[in-house]
Amino acid sequence: MSERRFTLITGRTTKQGRSIHLGKEATEYLEEISTLQMNPKDVEALQLKDGEQVRLKTPYGSTVVKFKKGDIPQGLIFVAYGGFINSLVGPDTQATGMPNTKGIEVEVERYG
Amino acid sequence: MAEGVAVKEAKELTVVKGVTCPFCGVTCDDLEVHVVDGKIKDVKNACVLGKDTFMHHLEGWATPRIKGKPATIDECIEAAAEILAKAKYPLIYGLDSTELNAQRKAIELAELIGANIDHTSSVCHAPSLQAVQTVGISSCTVGEVKNRADLIIFWGCNPAEAHPRHPSRYSVTAKGLFTPKGKKDRMVINVDVRPTPTTRMADAFIQVKPNSDYEVFSALELNRFTKFQCAPMRGHGNVVGMAQVLTWQTGYPFAVNMSRGYPRFNPGEYSVADLLAHREVDAALIVAGDAIGNFPAKMAEHLQSIPLIAIDPKESGTTKVATVVIPTAQAGIAAGGMAYRMDHIPLVMKKVVDSPYPSDREVLERILAKVSSMKNGGNGAPSPASKGRG
Ligand code: SF4
Repeated sequence: MSERRFTLITGRTTKQGRSIHLGKEATEYLEEISTLQMNPKDVEALQLKDGEQVRLKTPYGSTVVKFKKGDIPQGLIFVAYGGFINSLVGPDTQATGMPNTKGIEVEVERYG
Repeated sequence: MAEGVAVKEAKELTVVKGVTCPFCGVTCDDLEVHVVDGKIKDVKNACVLGKDTFMHHLEGWATPRIKGKPATIDECIEAAAEILAKAKYPLIYGLDSTELNAQRKAIELAELIGANIDHTSSVCHAPSLQAVQTVGISSCTVGEVKNRADLIIFWGCNPAEAHPRHPSRYSVTAKGLFTPKGKKDRMVINVDVRPTPTTRMADAFIQVKPNSDYEVFSALELNRFTKFQCAPMRGHGNVVGMAQVLTWQTGYPFAVNMSRGYPRFNPGEYSVADLLAHREVDAALIVAGDAIGNFPAKMAEHLQSIPLIAIDPKESGTTKVATVVIPTAQAGIAAGGMAYRMDHIPLVMKKVVDSPYPSDREVLERILAKVSSMKNGGNGAPSPASKGRG
């Protein structure tokens, strides 16, 4: 299977909170917000190898990020708050004012 | 300056005590900042996030620019005022990482130019703020939590990484009047869709499916058995303050429209996400917040297509593309003021070092004065009351 559906979770991490003070162009910051965490079993199912990248896709757009194995339930993926997932989020707020940035359905495939 | 004096001063250490950290909603007010020769050399009592906020406050500083070209602060203020005076349906947004007086000025400016005014709460806490408006909130201060709470549930939040000192100051290991043994006197439960570093400090972890919180809450019927207090773990800087100030001045916590000269509230219409997605606003002023860096692509796209003013101490996705960039002294570090803690308690923020740039408040005050004289000078800009829209 080369492509699978996941639920994307976003949130704060210590690294993201610290490195943002170095500036939004800082390597440490960009590194943290462009790395996705995935359950080791899902990594295996997608046949991903260390150092490879994955493409995330929603009806709104796509983005390419690195991945690492993480302590996260199967079927979920986590990316730290930051510009990398902006293209995946739709602008609809269902009249609440808040775009949906938690629990988004995304397609994940190996990139390159 | 005589050289001998400078050298002597250079060795002098000033310790500023009781400093309030501007980074997260825990709003710790017990920091000790060591300043040598006008530069921050050390910070005591802060968590790593707070410490880095102070230690790296000079990194990535913004510079004054108009259309990408270097300009003076005065020229930038003039250019900003011109954009805002001409706009028919402008947006003022951001305002979380600044202090109360700057927030007040931003609201005054919104009233003068008939703008939509919204802030970060809108894209992070809009549904929770509406729930509070609809049914009210049974809440308490973090002092109550520290002194009385014997059961803490961290639900869908991760204080270990987002609010690092919340557990030690208020909710887990903190020792209070009726919780003298700290952690031993408390049961800590973590509910989330994934284990996080917060899970490690909890006695129990309950994993729920994404987007199923409503069902789980309903099934639990928490208040049938005891009396719970509810406290949103508000995140960034002084975001609670902006909701407070906006509410006491206009009656509404976010998504406020002033185009008729009086405040109207309608999330889904006057909220920043919707205003941008519908491509409605024709100019924007972003203060102390990175709209472009954090917004869904569609929203950011519209912001980049209109005259955009960014007031910020640091470069960001927004300053990079803004028509006018006005750098400021960072509130809580190089500018004093007030901030609200996550439990709605206002605290004084100190100025610990000088900045070559004016404060957010001063910049907004000067823009306000300029716009006001442009409008009174009769340059053809419509007054809020006579605008076509609304
Ligand atoms: S917990 Fe928050 S307010 Fe306290 S020092 Fe850390 S970042 Fe600052």
